[in-house]
Amino acid sequence: MATLAQQLVNGLVLGALIGLIALGYTMVYGIVQLINFAHGEVFMAGAFGAHFAYLRLLPAGTPWYLALPVMTGAAVAVSVAVAVAMERWAYRPLRGAHKLAPLITALGVSILLQEVVRVFYPGATAPLAFPRAFAGGSLTLGPVLVLWTGVLAVVVAPLLATGLHLYVERSRLGRAMRATAQDPDTARLMGIDPDRVVLATFVIGAVLAGAGAVLYGVHYTQIDTAIGFQNGIFAFTAAVLGGIGSIRGAMLGALCIGLVKSLAGQYAWGGAQYDYVWVFVLLILVLMFRPQGFLGRPEGVRA
Amino acid sequence: MTLTAQGVSMAFGGLLALDDVSLTVPERRVVGLIGPNGAGKTTLFNCLTGLYAPTSGLVLLNGRPLPPDPAEAARGGIARTFQNIRLFPELSALDNVLVGRHTRIRQGLLAALLRGPGFRRSEAEAVERARAELAFVGLDPAGRAPAGSLAYGDQRRLEIARALAGDPSVLMLDEPTAGMNATETAAVRELIAAIRERGIAVVVIEHDTKFIFSLCDHVHVLVRGRLLVDGPPEAVRADARVIEAYLGAA
Repeated sequence: MATLAQQLVNGLVLGALIGLIALGYTMVYGIVQLINFAHGEVFMAGAFGAHFAYLRLLPAGTPWYLALPVMTGAAVAVSVAVAVAMERWAYRPLRGAHKLAPLITALGVSILLQEVVRVFYPGATAPLAFPRAFAGGSLTLGPVLVLWTGVLAVVVAPLLATGLHLYVERSRLGRAMRATAQDPDTARLMGIDPDRVVLATFVIGAVLAGAGAVLYGVHYTQIDTAIGFQNGIFAFTAAVLGGIGSIRGAMLGALCIGLVKSLAGQYAWGGAQYDYVWVFVLLILVLMFRPQGFLGRPEGVRA
Repeated sequence: MTLTAQGVSMAFGGLLALDDVSLTVPERRVVGLIGPNGAGKTTLFNCLTGLYAPTSGLVLLNGRPLPPDPAEAARGGIARTFQNIRLFPELSALDNVLVGRHTRIRQGLLAALLRGPGFRRSEAEAVERARAELAFVGLDPAGRAPAGSLAYGDQRRLEIARALAGDPSVLMLDEPTAGMNATETAAVRELIAAIRERGIAVVVIEHDTKFIFSLCDHVHVLVRGRLLVDGPPEAVRADARVIEAYLGAA
Protein backbone atom coordinates (compact mmCIF):
# COMPACT_ATOMS: atom_id res chain seq x y z
CA MET A 1 0.00 0.00 0.00
CA ALA A 2 2.77 2.40 0.97
CA THR A 3 4.70 1.40 -2.14
CA LEU A 4 1.69 2.00 -4.32
CA ALA A 5 1.13 5.45 -2.83
CA GLN A 6 4.81 6.28 -3.22
CA GLN A 7 4.79 5.24 -6.87
CA LEU A 8 1.65 7.27 -7.51
CA VAL A 9 3.42 10.34 -6.11
CA ASN A 10 6.53 9.65 -8.21
CA GLY A 11 4.35 9.26 -11.28
CA LEU A 12 2.56 12.50 -10.55
CA VAL A 13 5.84 14.43 -10.33
CA LEU A 14 7.19 12.88 -13.53
CA GLY A 15 3.89 13.58 -15.27
CA ALA A 16 3.99 17.24 -14.23
CA LEU A 17 7.51 17.70 -15.61
CA ILE A 18 6.82 15.87 -18.86
CA GLY A 19 3.65 17.91 -19.22
CA LEU A 20 5.62 21.16 -19.35
CA ILE A 21 7.64 19.80 -22.28
CA ALA A 22 4.58 18.27 -23.95
CA LEU A 23 2.92 21.71 -24.08
CA GLY A 24 5.67 22.90 -26.43
CA TYR A 25 5.13 19.94 -28.77
CA THR A 26 1.40 20.34 -28.84
CA MET A 27 1.42 24.14 -29.33
CA VAL A 28 3.86 24.06 -32.24
CA TYR A 29 2.01 21.18 -33.88
CA GLY A 30 -1.29 23.03 -33.46
CA ILE A 31 0.02 26.05 -35.35
CA VAL A 32 2.37 24.68 -38.01
CA GLN A 33 1.61 20.92 -38.03
CA LEU A 34 5.27 20.23 -37.29
CA ILE A 35 6.47 17.68 -34.76
CA ASN A 36 9.44 19.65 -33.49
CA PHE A 37 11.65 16.76 -32.43
CA ALA A 38 14.28 19.26 -31.31
CA HIS A 39 11.96 20.62 -28.60
CA GLY A 40 13.47 18.16 -26.11
CA GLU A 41 16.82 19.87 -26.74
CA VAL A 42 15.24 23.25 -25.97
CA PHE A 43 14.50 21.75 -22.54
CA MET A 44 18.00 20.26 -22.24
CA ALA A 45 19.65 23.56 -23.18
CA GLY A 46 17.57 25.28 -20.51
CA ALA A 47 18.84 22.84 -17.88
CA PHE A 48 22.42 23.62 -18.85
CA GLY A 49 21.65 27.34 -18.79
CA ALA A 50 20.43 27.03 -15.21
CA HIS A 51 23.47 24.93 -14.29
CA PHE A 52 25.75 27.61 -15.72
CA ALA A 53 23.93 30.43 -13.94
CA TYR A 54 24.21 28.71 -10.57
CA LEU A 55 27.87 27.83 -10.86
CA ARG A 56 29.20 30.90 -12.68
CA LEU A 57 26.87 33.78 -11.95
CA LEU A 58 25.76 33.25 -8.36
CA PRO A 59 28.01 33.50 -5.33
CA ALA A 60 28.29 30.30 -3.30
CA GLY A 61 25.64 29.94 -0.64
CA THR A 62 22.96 31.98 -2.41
CA PRO A 63 19.64 31.20 -0.69
CA TRP A 64 17.12 29.24 -2.75
CA TYR A 65 14.63 32.09 -3.03
CA LEU A 66 17.26 34.08 -4.94
CA ALA A 67 18.95 31.19 -6.71
CA LEU A 68 15.80 29.62 -8.12
CA PRO A 69 14.52 32.75 -9.91
CA VAL A 70 17.96 33.52 -11.35
CA MET A 71 18.36 29.94 -12.57
CA THR A 72 14.87 29.95 -14.03
CA GLY A 73 15.58 33.24 -15.78
CA ALA A 74 18.79 31.83 -17.25
CA ALA A 75 17.12 28.57 -18.29
CA VAL A 76 14.24 30.40 -19.94
CA ALA A 77 16.62 32.81 -21.70
CA VAL A 78 18.73 29.95 -23.10
CA SER A 79 15.68 27.90 -24.11
CA VAL A 80 14.05 30.86 -25.82
CA ALA A 81 17.26 31.76 -27.66
CA VAL A 82 17.65 28.18 -28.91
CA ALA A 83 13.98 27.93 -29.94
CA VAL A 84 13.98 31.29 -31.72
CA ALA A 85 17.18 30.41 -33.57
CA MET A 86 15.83 27.04 -34.75
CA GLU A 87 12.55 28.57 -35.87
CA ARG A 88 14.21 31.42 -37.67
CA TRP A 89 17.03 29.54 -39.40
CA ALA A 90 15.93 25.92 -39.60
CA TYR A 91 12.13 25.87 -39.96
CA ARG A 92 11.09 29.23 -41.43
CA PRO A 93 13.04 28.70 -44.68
CA LEU A 94 11.14 25.42 -45.07
CA ARG A 95 7.66 26.90 -44.61
CA GLY A 96 5.63 25.62 -47.54
CA ALA A 97 8.06 22.80 -48.27
CA HIS A 98 6.96 19.17 -48.12
CA LYS A 99 6.04 18.11 -44.57
CA LEU A 100 8.95 15.67 -44.38
CA ALA A 101 11.58 18.38 -44.89
CA PRO A 102 11.03 20.20 -41.57
CA LEU A 103 10.57 16.84 -39.82
CA ILE A 104 13.99 15.56 -40.93
CA THR A 105 15.42 19.01 -40.15
CA ALA A 106 14.02 18.75 -36.61
CA LEU A 107 15.83 15.44 -36.11
CA GLY A 108 19.02 17.03 -37.40
CA VAL A 109 18.66 20.06 -35.14
CA SER A 110 18.08 17.72 -32.21
CA ILE A 111 21.32 15.80 -32.81
CA LEU A 112 23.24 19.01 -33.54
CA LEU A 113 22.19 20.61 -30.25
CA GLN A 114 23.02 17.51 -28.21
CA GLU A 115 26.47 17.35 -29.73
CA VAL A 116 27.14 21.08 -29.43
CA VAL A 117 26.38 21.01 -25.71
CA ARG A 118 28.30 17.77 -25.20
CA VAL A 119 31.40 19.09 -26.92
CA PHE A 120 31.44 22.70 -25.77
CA TYR A 121 29.92 22.72 -22.28
CA PRO A 122 32.66 21.99 -19.75
CA GLY A 123 32.20 18.51 -18.30
CA ALA A 124 29.11 17.70 -20.33
CA THR A 125 30.64 14.53 -21.78
CA ALA A 126 29.51 12.88 -18.53
CA PRO A 127 26.39 13.46 -16.43
CA LEU A 128 26.62 16.62 -14.32
CA ALA A 129 25.34 17.10 -10.79
CA PHE A 130 22.60 19.71 -10.88
CA PRO A 131 22.86 22.27 -8.10
CA ARG A 132 20.62 21.51 -5.15
CA ALA A 133 19.31 25.01 -5.19
CA PHE A 134 15.94 24.20 -3.68
CA ALA A 135 15.16 22.79 -0.21
CA GLY A 136 16.59 19.28 -0.02
CA GLY A 137 14.14 17.95 2.55
CA SER A 138 10.89 16.16 2.09
CA LEU A 139 7.32 16.13 3.19
CA THR A 140 6.08 13.00 4.95
CA LEU A 141 2.48 12.11 4.28
CA GLY A 142 1.87 8.97 6.33
CA PRO A 143 4.06 6.34 4.73
CA VAL A 144 4.79 8.43 1.66
CA LEU A 145 7.83 10.58 1.23
CA VAL A 146 7.48 13.57 -1.09
CA LEU A 147 10.56 15.63 -1.84
CA TRP A 148 9.92 19.37 -1.65
CA THR A 149 11.23 19.61 -5.19
CA GLY A 150 8.46 17.21 -6.24
CA VAL A 151 5.86 19.32 -4.45
CA LEU A 152 7.21 22.33 -6.31
CA ALA A 153 6.88 20.58 -9.68
CA VAL A 154 3.35 19.36 -8.95
CA VAL A 155 2.26 22.85 -7.90
CA VAL A 156 4.02 24.91 -10.58
CA ALA A 157 3.32 22.76 -13.68
CA PRO A 158 -0.50 22.91 -13.50
CA LEU A 159 -0.31 26.63 -12.72
CA LEU A 160 1.76 27.28 -15.84
CA ALA A 161 -0.51 25.07 -17.96
CA THR A 162 -3.59 26.90 -16.68
CA GLY A 163 -1.94 30.25 -17.36
CA LEU A 164 -1.16 29.13 -20.90
CA HIS A 165 -4.72 27.93 -21.41
CA LEU A 166 -6.14 31.28 -20.23
CA TYR A 167 -3.65 33.16 -22.36
CA VAL A 168 -4.58 31.24 -25.49
CA GLU A 169 -8.30 31.62 -24.77
CA ARG A 170 -8.35 35.26 -23.72
CA SER A 171 -5.70 37.35 -25.36
CA ARG A 172 -5.07 38.93 -28.70
CA LEU A 173 -2.10 36.71 -29.49
CA GLY A 174 -3.91 33.60 -28.24
CA ARG A 175 -6.81 34.30 -30.57
CA ALA A 176 -4.38 34.92 -33.40
CA MET A 177 -2.86 31.50 -32.65
CA ARG A 178 -6.20 29.72 -32.69
CA ALA A 179 -7.24 31.50 -35.88
CA THR A 180 -3.92 30.68 -37.59
CA ALA A 181 -4.20 27.04 -36.51
CA GLN A 182 -7.61 26.77 -38.18
CA ASP A 183 -7.07 28.75 -41.35
CA PRO A 184 -3.74 30.54 -41.84
CA ASP A 185 -4.81 32.20 -45.11
CA THR A 186 -7.91 33.82 -43.67
CA ALA A 187 -5.99 34.78 -40.53
CA ARG A 188 -3.54 36.66 -42.76
CA LEU A 189 -6.41 38.53 -44.37
CA MET A 190 -7.48 39.66 -40.90
CA GLY A 191 -4.10 41.34 -40.47
CA ILE A 192 -2.50 38.54 -38.45
CA ASP A 193 1.18 38.07 -39.25
CA PRO A 194 1.78 34.30 -39.40
CA ASP A 195 5.53 34.64 -38.86
CA ARG A 196 4.96 36.45 -35.57
CA VAL A 197 2.39 33.90 -34.45
CA VAL A 198 4.71 30.99 -35.21
CA LEU A 199 7.64 32.68 -33.48
CA ALA A 200 5.51 33.48 -30.42
CA THR A 201 4.44 29.83 -30.28
CA PHE A 202 8.05 28.66 -30.22
CA VAL A 203 8.85 31.26 -27.54
CA ILE A 204 5.96 30.15 -25.32
CA GLY A 205 6.94 26.50 -25.68
CA ALA A 206 10.53 27.42 -24.79
CA VAL A 207 9.50 29.42 -21.70
CA LEU A 208 7.63 26.38 -20.38
CA ALA A 209 10.49 24.03 -21.29
CA GLY A 210 13.01 26.31 -19.55
CA ALA A 211 10.92 26.46 -16.39
CA GLY A 212 10.45 22.69 -16.61
CA ALA A 213 14.20 22.20 -16.94
CA VAL A 214 14.91 23.88 -13.60
CA LEU A 215 12.15 21.90 -11.86
CA TYR A 216 13.55 18.72 -13.43
CA GLY A 217 17.13 19.51 -12.42
CA VAL A 218 16.42 20.29 -8.78
CA HIS A 219 14.24 17.20 -8.48
CA TYR A 220 16.37 14.56 -10.20
CA THR A 221 19.66 16.35 -9.26
CA GLN A 222 21.50 15.19 -12.35
CA ILE A 223 21.49 16.33 -15.97
CA ASP A 224 23.19 15.21 -19.16
CA THR A 225 22.91 15.98 -22.85
CA ALA A 226 20.47 13.10 -23.40
CA ILE A 227 17.74 14.31 -21.00
CA GLY A 228 16.13 16.29 -23.80
CA PHE A 229 15.87 13.29 -26.05
CA GLN A 230 14.57 10.87 -23.38
CA ASN A 231 12.03 13.24 -21.89
CA GLY A 232 11.22 14.68 -25.30
CA ILE A 233 10.11 11.25 -26.47
CA PHE A 234 7.86 10.92 -23.44
CA ALA A 235 6.54 14.43 -23.90
CA PHE A 236 5.85 13.87 -27.57
CA THR A 237 4.07 10.63 -26.69
CA ALA A 238 2.07 12.51 -24.04
CA ALA A 239 1.02 15.13 -26.58
CA VAL A 240 -0.12 12.44 -29.04
CA LEU A 241 -1.85 10.45 -26.30
CA GLY A 242 -3.77 13.49 -25.09
CA GLY A 243 -4.64 14.63 -28.60
CA ILE A 244 -2.00 16.70 -30.33
CA GLY A 245 -2.92 20.38 -30.55
CA SER A 246 -4.77 20.28 -27.21
CA ILE A 247 -3.29 21.97 -24.14
CA ARG A 248 -5.36 20.04 -21.62
CA GLY A 249 -4.73 16.87 -23.61
CA ALA A 250 -0.96 17.30 -23.30
CA MET A 251 -1.16 17.63 -19.51
CA LEU A 252 -3.55 14.68 -19.25
CA GLY A 253 -1.36 12.54 -21.51
CA ALA A 254 1.73 13.46 -19.47
CA LEU A 255 -0.02 12.52 -16.24
CA CYS A 256 -0.96 9.12 -17.69
CA ILE A 257 2.58 8.50 -18.88
CA GLY A 258 4.09 9.51 -15.55
CA LEU A 259 1.76 7.17 -13.67
CA VAL A 260 2.13 4.25 -16.09
CA LYS A 261 5.92 4.53 -16.07
CA SER A 262 6.11 4.61 -12.27
CA LEU A 263 3.57 1.87 -11.65
CA ALA A 264 4.87 -0.39 -14.42
CA GLY A 265 8.42 0.03 -13.13
CA GLN A 266 7.24 -1.25 -9.76
CA TYR A 267 4.65 -3.87 -10.59
CA ALA A 268 4.79 -4.93 -14.22
CA TRP A 269 6.78 -7.75 -15.71
CA GLY A 270 10.36 -6.69 -16.32
CA GLY A 271 10.40 -4.03 -13.60
CA ALA A 272 12.08 -0.67 -13.98
CA GLN A 273 14.11 -1.83 -16.96
CA TYR A 274 10.96 -2.26 -19.00
CA ASP A 275 8.98 0.75 -17.82
CA TYR A 276 9.50 2.47 -21.20
CA VAL A 277 7.85 -0.47 -22.92
CA TRP A 278 4.59 -0.07 -21.04
CA VAL A 279 4.41 3.62 -21.86
CA PHE A 280 4.44 2.80 -25.54
CA VAL A 281 2.08 -0.15 -25.08
CA LEU A 282 -0.35 2.37 -23.60
CA LEU A 283 0.18 4.67 -26.57
CA ILE A 284 -0.46 1.88 -29.06
CA LEU A 285 -3.59 0.74 -27.23
CA VAL A 286 -5.04 4.24 -27.05
CA LEU A 287 -4.25 5.00 -30.68
CA MET A 288 -5.88 1.74 -31.80
CA PHE A 289 -9.21 2.74 -30.34
CA ARG A 290 -8.92 6.53 -30.41
CA PRO A 291 -6.45 7.64 -33.09
CA GLN A 292 -7.02 11.32 -32.29
CA GLY A 293 -5.97 10.81 -28.65
CA PHE A 294 -8.01 11.58 -25.52
CA LEU A 295 -9.01 15.17 -26.26
CA GLY A 296 -8.04 15.56 -29.91
CA ARG A 297 -10.40 16.16 -32.78
CA PRO A 298 -10.66 13.44 -35.40
CA GLU A 299 -8.37 14.06 -38.35
CA GLY A 300 -10.22 15.39 -41.36
CA VAL A 301 -12.57 17.66 -39.41
CA ARG A 302 -9.85 20.26 -39.55
CA ALA A 303 -10.39 22.10 -42.80
CA MET B 1 -11.12 58.13 -46.85
CA THR B 2 -11.46 57.28 -50.53
CA LEU B 3 -10.46 54.14 -52.34
CA THR B 4 -9.61 54.46 -56.02
CA ALA B 5 -8.63 52.13 -58.83
CA GLN B 6 -6.80 53.76 -61.73
CA GLY B 7 -6.55 51.78 -64.95
CA VAL B 8 -6.26 48.46 -63.14
CA SER B 9 -5.54 45.41 -65.30
CA MET B 10 -5.01 41.90 -64.04
CA ALA B 11 -3.78 39.03 -66.17
CA PHE B 12 -3.62 35.38 -65.16
CA GLY B 13 -1.37 33.73 -67.68
CA GLY B 14 -2.93 34.64 -71.01
CA LEU B 15 -6.29 35.53 -69.54
CA LEU B 16 -7.00 39.20 -69.02
CA ALA B 17 -9.41 39.15 -66.06
CA LEU B 18 -9.47 42.93 -65.66
CA ASP B 19 -8.83 45.34 -68.48
CA ASP B 20 -8.12 48.96 -67.61
CA VAL B 21 -10.73 49.37 -64.86
CA SER B 22 -11.03 52.66 -63.01
CA LEU B 23 -13.45 53.42 -60.22
CA THR B 24 -13.74 55.57 -57.13
CA VAL B 25 -15.38 54.67 -53.84
CA PRO B 26 -16.32 58.00 -52.26
CA GLU B 27 -16.77 58.38 -48.52
CA ARG B 28 -20.10 57.33 -47.01
CA ARG B 29 -21.45 55.89 -50.25
CA VAL B 30 -22.73 52.49 -51.26
CA VAL B 31 -21.18 51.43 -54.54
CA GLY B 32 -22.58 48.44 -56.41
CA LEU B 33 -20.62 46.16 -58.70
CA ILE B 34 -22.66 43.98 -61.03
CA GLY B 35 -21.95 41.88 -64.05
CA PRO B 36 -22.36 38.38 -65.43
CA ASN B 37 -20.42 35.45 -63.98
CA GLY B 38 -16.74 35.63 -64.80
CA ALA B 39 -16.85 39.37 -65.43
CA GLY B 40 -13.97 39.95 -62.98
CA LYS B 41 -15.90 41.32 -59.98
CA THR B 42 -14.16 39.23 -57.36
CA THR B 43 -10.80 39.78 -59.08
CA LEU B 44 -11.37 43.52 -58.76
CA PHE B 45 -12.24 43.01 -55.07
CA ASN B 46 -9.02 41.09 -54.58
CA CYS B 47 -7.06 43.95 -56.15
CA LEU B 48 -8.84 46.53 -54.00
CA THR B 49 -8.11 44.59 -50.79
CA GLY B 50 -4.43 44.00 -51.44
CA LEU B 51 -4.81 40.27 -52.10
CA TYR B 52 -3.65 40.64 -55.69
CA ALA B 53 -1.06 43.06 -57.02
CA PRO B 54 -2.54 44.37 -60.30
CA THR B 55 -0.55 43.56 -63.45
CA SER B 56 -0.78 47.24 -64.30
CA GLY B 57 -2.58 50.27 -62.89
CA LEU B 58 -2.83 51.62 -59.38
CA VAL B 59 -4.98 51.11 -56.33
CA LEU B 60 -4.92 54.19 -54.10
CA LEU B 61 -6.17 54.59 -50.58
CA ASN B 62 -6.41 58.30 -49.76
CA GLY B 63 -4.10 59.03 -52.66
CA ARG B 64 -1.41 56.62 -51.46
CA PRO B 65 -0.69 53.34 -53.26
CA LEU B 66 -2.15 50.35 -51.45
CA PRO B 67 0.59 47.79 -50.77
CA PRO B 68 -0.25 44.34 -52.17
CA ASP B 69 -0.63 42.91 -48.67
CA PRO B 70 -4.07 42.19 -47.21
CA ALA B 71 -2.82 42.74 -43.66
CA GLU B 72 -1.67 46.25 -44.61
CA ALA B 73 -5.00 46.89 -46.32
CA ALA B 74 -6.81 45.76 -43.14
CA ARG B 75 -4.72 48.12 -41.04
CA GLY B 76 -5.36 50.86 -43.59
CA GLY B 77 -9.11 50.52 -43.09
CA ILE B 78 -10.32 48.12 -45.80
CA ALA B 79 -12.37 45.17 -44.59
CA ARG B 80 -14.17 42.53 -46.58
CA THR B 81 -16.36 39.47 -46.59
CA PHE B 82 -16.03 36.53 -48.92
CA GLN B 83 -18.18 34.96 -51.60
CA ASN B 84 -17.47 31.57 -50.06
CA ILE B 85 -17.74 32.23 -46.33
CA ARG B 86 -14.35 32.20 -44.62
CA LEU B 87 -15.07 32.19 -40.91
CA PHE B 88 -13.03 30.24 -38.35
CA PRO B 89 -15.63 27.48 -37.90
CA GLU B 90 -14.38 26.10 -34.59
CA LEU B 91 -13.93 29.49 -32.94
CA SER B 92 -16.94 31.01 -31.20
CA ALA B 93 -18.84 33.77 -32.97
CA LEU B 94 -17.45 36.24 -30.44
CA ASP B 95 -13.86 35.08 -31.05
CA ASN B 96 -14.35 35.43 -34.79
CA VAL B 97 -15.33 39.06 -34.32
CA LEU B 98 -12.41 39.59 -31.93
CA VAL B 99 -10.02 38.23 -34.57
CA GLY B 100 -11.46 40.87 -36.90
CA ARG B 101 -10.41 43.46 -34.34
CA HIS B 102 -6.88 42.04 -34.15
CA THR B 103 -5.13 44.98 -35.80
CA ARG B 104 -6.82 47.49 -33.46
CA ILE B 105 -5.98 45.83 -30.16
CA ARG B 106 -2.79 46.94 -28.44
CA GLN B 107 -1.43 44.35 -26.03
CA GLY B 108 2.19 43.84 -25.18
CA LEU B 109 3.28 40.22 -24.76
CA LEU B 110 4.68 40.89 -21.30
CA ALA B 111 1.63 42.84 -20.17
CA ALA B 112 -0.56 40.03 -21.38
CA LEU B 113 1.46 37.35 -19.58
CA LEU B 114 1.34 39.33 -16.37
CA ARG B 115 -2.33 40.12 -16.98
CA GLY B 116 -1.88 43.69 -15.76
CA PRO B 117 -4.61 46.35 -15.66
CA GLY B 118 -3.75 47.66 -19.13
CA PHE B 119 -4.21 44.19 -20.57
CA ARG B 120 -7.51 43.66 -18.76
CA ARG B 121 -8.84 46.99 -19.98
CA SER B 122 -7.86 46.44 -23.61
CA GLU B 123 -9.32 42.93 -23.53
CA ALA B 124 -12.57 44.10 -21.88
CA GLU B 125 -12.92 46.94 -24.39
CA ALA B 126 -12.35 44.58 -27.31
CA VAL B 127 -14.95 42.12 -26.02
CA GLU B 128 -17.48 44.90 -25.45
CA ARG B 129 -16.94 46.22 -28.96
CA ALA B 130 -17.23 42.72 -30.44
CA ARG B 131 -20.55 42.18 -28.61
CA ALA B 132 -21.81 45.52 -29.94
CA GLU B 133 -20.98 44.45 -33.51
CA LEU B 134 -22.75 41.12 -33.03
CA ALA B 135 -25.83 43.00 -31.81
CA PHE B 136 -25.51 45.49 -34.68
CA VAL B 137 -25.77 42.76 -37.33
CA GLY B 138 -28.60 41.11 -35.41
CA LEU B 139 -26.82 38.17 -33.81
CA ASP B 140 -26.76 37.03 -30.18
CA PRO B 141 -24.25 39.38 -28.49
CA ALA B 142 -23.02 36.55 -26.23
CA GLY B 143 -21.69 34.82 -29.35
CA ARG B 144 -20.80 31.56 -27.59
CA ALA B 145 -21.78 29.17 -30.39
CA PRO B 146 -19.02 27.99 -32.73
CA ALA B 147 -19.24 29.93 -35.98
CA GLY B 148 -19.53 26.71 -37.97
CA SER B 149 -22.73 25.77 -36.14
CA LEU B 150 -24.61 28.94 -37.14
CA ALA B 151 -27.26 29.00 -39.83
CA TYR B 152 -26.01 30.03 -43.26
CA GLY B 153 -27.53 33.52 -43.20
CA ASP B 154 -26.15 34.10 -39.70
CA GLN B 155 -22.68 33.11 -40.88
CA ARG B 156 -22.89 35.81 -43.55
CA ARG B 157 -23.91 38.36 -40.91
CA LEU B 158 -21.11 37.18 -38.66
CA GLU B 159 -18.62 37.83 -41.45
CA ILE B 160 -19.96 41.38 -41.68
CA ALA B 161 -19.64 41.83 -37.90
CA ARG B 162 -16.07 40.55 -38.06
CA ALA B 163 -15.26 43.01 -40.86
CA LEU B 164 -16.84 45.92 -38.97
CA ALA B 165 -14.85 45.14 -35.83
CA GLY B 166 -11.67 46.26 -37.60
CA ASP B 167 -12.91 49.90 -37.79
CA PRO B 168 -12.96 49.94 -41.60
CA SER B 169 -13.58 53.07 -43.60
CA VAL B 170 -14.41 50.92 -46.63
CA LEU B 171 -16.34 47.66 -46.31
CA MET B 172 -16.32 45.30 -49.27
CA LEU B 173 -19.12 42.73 -49.42
CA ASP B 174 -18.82 39.88 -51.93
CA GLU B 175 -22.34 38.57 -52.60
CA PRO B 176 -23.72 39.21 -49.11
CA THR B 177 -27.17 37.84 -49.94
CA ALA B 178 -26.11 34.69 -51.82
CA GLY B 179 -28.40 31.84 -50.84
CA MET B 180 -30.73 34.02 -48.76
CA ASN B 181 -34.51 34.20 -48.97
CA ALA B 182 -36.45 37.43 -49.55
CA THR B 183 -36.84 38.27 -45.84
CA GLU B 184 -33.16 37.75 -45.11
CA THR B 185 -32.20 39.75 -48.18
CA ALA B 186 -34.35 42.67 -47.01
CA ALA B 187 -32.64 42.51 -43.61
CA VAL B 188 -29.22 42.70 -45.26
CA ARG B 189 -30.34 45.73 -47.28
CA GLU B 190 -31.31 47.49 -44.05
CA LEU B 191 -28.04 46.44 -42.47
CA ILE B 192 -26.01 47.94 -45.34
CA ALA B 193 -27.99 51.19 -45.06
CA ALA B 194 -27.21 51.26 -41.33
CA ILE B 195 -23.52 50.69 -42.08
CA ARG B 196 -23.53 53.70 -44.41
CA GLU B 197 -25.16 55.72 -41.61
CA ARG B 198 -22.09 54.92 -39.50
CA GLY B 199 -19.99 56.76 -42.05
CA ILE B 200 -18.52 53.67 -43.70
CA ALA B 201 -18.34 53.38 -47.47
CA VAL B 202 -19.61 50.04 -48.81
CA VAL B 203 -18.80 48.23 -52.03
CA VAL B 204 -21.21 45.41 -52.87
CA ILE B 205 -20.97 42.65 -55.45
CA GLU B 206 -24.35 41.11 -56.20
CA HIS B 207 -26.09 39.15 -58.90
CA ASP B 208 -29.45 40.39 -57.69
CA THR B 209 -29.78 43.59 -59.76
CA LYS B 210 -32.99 44.62 -58.00
CA PHE B 211 -31.09 44.54 -54.71
CA ILE B 212 -28.27 46.66 -56.15
CA PHE B 213 -30.49 49.24 -57.85
CA SER B 214 -32.61 49.77 -54.75
CA LEU B 215 -29.62 50.13 -52.42
CA CYS B 216 -26.65 51.75 -54.14
CA ASP B 217 -25.73 55.37 -54.68
CA HIS B 218 -23.58 54.44 -57.62
CA VAL B 219 -23.43 51.33 -59.80
CA HIS B 220 -20.61 49.93 -61.93
CA VAL B 221 -21.26 47.27 -64.52
CA LEU B 222 -18.39 44.98 -65.33
CA VAL B 223 -18.49 42.76 -68.42
CA ARG B 224 -15.61 40.49 -69.47
CA GLY B 225 -13.10 42.44 -67.41
CA ARG B 226 -14.10 45.86 -68.72
CA LEU B 227 -16.14 48.57 -67.09
CA LEU B 228 -19.15 48.81 -69.38
CA VAL B 229 -21.24 51.51 -67.71
CA ASP B 230 -21.24 53.40 -64.45
CA GLY B 231 -23.53 55.95 -62.94
CA PRO B 232 -26.47 56.39 -60.61
CA PRO B 233 -28.78 53.34 -60.47
CA GLU B 234 -31.60 54.89 -62.53
CA ALA B 235 -29.26 55.71 -65.40
CA VAL B 236 -27.52 52.34 -65.34
CA ARG B 237 -30.82 50.45 -65.19
CA ALA B 238 -32.08 52.29 -68.28
CA ASP B 239 -28.86 51.87 -70.26
CA ALA B 240 -29.38 49.79 -73.39
CA ARG B 241 -25.89 48.26 -73.21
CA VAL B 242 -26.55 46.94 -69.70
CA ILE B 243 -29.86 45.41 -70.70
CA GLU B 244 -28.17 43.78 -73.67
CA ALA B 245 -25.22 42.51 -71.66
CA TYR B 246 -27.53 40.98 -69.09
CA LEU B 247 -30.12 39.55 -71.42
CA GLY B 248 -27.44 38.55 -73.88
CA ALA B 249 -25.46 36.76 -71.20
CA ALA B 250 -28.51 35.01 -69.78
